[in-house]
Amino acid sequence: MIQANYWVALKSILYKECNRFLRIWVQTLVPPAITMTLYFVVFGSLIGSRVGEVNGFSYVEFMMPGLIMLAVINNAYSNVSSSFFSAKFQRNVEELLVAPVPTYVIVAGYVGGGVIRATIVGFIVSLVALFFVDIQIHNFGVILSTLLLTAVLFALGGLINAVYAKTFDDISIIPTFILSPLTYLGGVFFSVSMLPDFWQGVSQLNPIIYMVNAFRFGFLGASDVSLTLAFSVLIGFTLVLFFTAVTLINKGIGIRS
Amino acid sequence: MYALEINNLKKVYKGGVEALKGIDLTVKEGDFFALLGPNGAGKSTTIGVLSSLVNKTSGQVKVFNHDIDNSLDKAKSYIGLVPQEFNFNQFETVQQIVVNQAGYYGVERKIALQRSEVYLKQTDLWEKRNSPARNLSGGMKRRLMIARAMMHQPKLLILDEPTAGVDIEIRRSMWKFLTDINKSGVTIILTTHYLEEAESLCRNIAIIDKGKIIENTSMKQLLGKLSVETFILDLDDDYQDIQLKCCKSELVDSHTLQVELEKGSTLNQLFSELTAQQVKVKSMRNKANRLEELFVRLVEHGRETQV
Repeated sequence: MIQANYWVALKSILYKECNRFLRIWVQTLVPPAITMTLYFVVFGSLIGSRVGEVNGFSYVEFMMPGLIMLAVINNAYSNVSSSFFSAKFQRNVEELLVAPVPTYVIVAGYVGGGVIRATIVGFIVSLVALFFVDIQIHNFGVILSTLLLTAVLFALGGLINAVYAKTFDDISIIPTFILSPLTYLGGVFFSVSMLPDFWQGVSQLNPIIYMVNAFRFGFLGASDVSLTLAFSVLIGFTLVLFFTAVTLINKGIGIRS
Repeated sequence: MYALEINNLKKVYKGGVEALKGIDLTVKEGDFFALLGPNGAGKSTTIGVLSSLVNKTSGQVKVFNHDIDNSLDKAKSYIGLVPQEFNFNQFETVQQIVVNQAGYYGVERKIALQRSEVYLKQTDLWEKRNSPARNLSGGMKRRLMIARAMMHQPKLLILDEPTAGVDIEIRRSMWKFLTDINKSGVTIILTTHYLEEAESLCRNIAIIDKGKIIENTSMKQLLGKLSVETFILDLDDDYQDIQLKCCKSELVDSHTLQVELEKGSTLNQLFSELTAQQVKVKSMRNKANRLEELFVRLVEHGRETQV
């Protein structure tokens, strides 16, 4: 009976979260489509034609999975960070805190909302990509699992950011100063093998390298890193962030007096 | 059975502010209970602990015999909370707010939609069901929070100043609504600054001041403690001097007489004396609400003894 109640609660949070980003679709779904179109036009068609092949693929083909992943990461993160922080700011997070909803359900609900938005955005960007490149699929299972795990991971990151955030500025600090540099240096626009040896070693510390490469493997069948290592990193980080988020909310950090 | 049992509840906020200094309180099932106190007395902290929005420092809280330390979810499921400040998403529609809230308590969407019609109609919000909450007036927002709190049909409804800023007409309709809810078996705990509200609605009362319960009794017994009642009499003519033996009196102006009637004195004695002096009285009223008089005296007395 109680488990059934938790399932209803989870569905309600998901419904609310989806309703939120669909209500403001012009702010949430359209911008990534426009931004990625510009990336495809500028880097894919205009500059890409002069870059030549990367790892045996045209530059636009090589770049396409990374661009989808870039949109997925940004949207999963920003959806949860802004939604949870707004709920804190307007105090409607109290609606959940007073209800008999376990913390893991609250976390799953918010993260689920971020994952759904990220998946929709990923699909929209894939549609945009069709105008610029013939999409080939090497392994759909790898594509789907990488996309979902990455979305979960960054949605959890956004949630933790929102838990600690005290002002709206605080939810843009991590994306600006940490997430963007890691993403742009995460192999979206280049192959790690193009880097000097030292920087190849340094780039192994960037978790986004593993996600982008695993995702690229799903499309192209080529990757700079081992798939096993990539999934180990993804699952490892996801578990760590999940337990961190649950612990923080359980303790009431930033949400209870 | 007790709807609520609080034993030695303490709350010390970061920075050392001692909001609750070991309060003990019980509320019987079915009661309409007033928790009164001046600003900063600890009412909202107490409610915060009950609803798990505030972490207690120590003490025990049981809701329908479920200790919040070891069966929190069960305890929460019995409580409906109407907080002091608006805490819903201003961009969601009225119906979305109440239906989502029901979902958090495990009420299936189909049933929640049916209940939303019942409670939004009872709170006169049905016509506004598709409006974003930010478009509602202050009174409508207060009613929305009551409708939202009722959606999972709680056994204990906690209202933290539910009628603050609400006009008298709506306030009275809310009183009727709350009385009906209480009659249906729901235990209600009410905090309010409108003491006539507490007096007319509640059967039992606790007064909290500076984190301590300074009075906890039935409304009848508490009002029985009132040793002096002050009345204002509107006179029919101009009077320069009126002397009364039965009670203390003061001519406020030539048309208004203030009398302090001690416990045991009767209005008959007062009117006999006034009639003998050929003083005609047009109307009379209490100077202040009876509970208000007691409340002020109790809080002031508590502070004097603490000093």
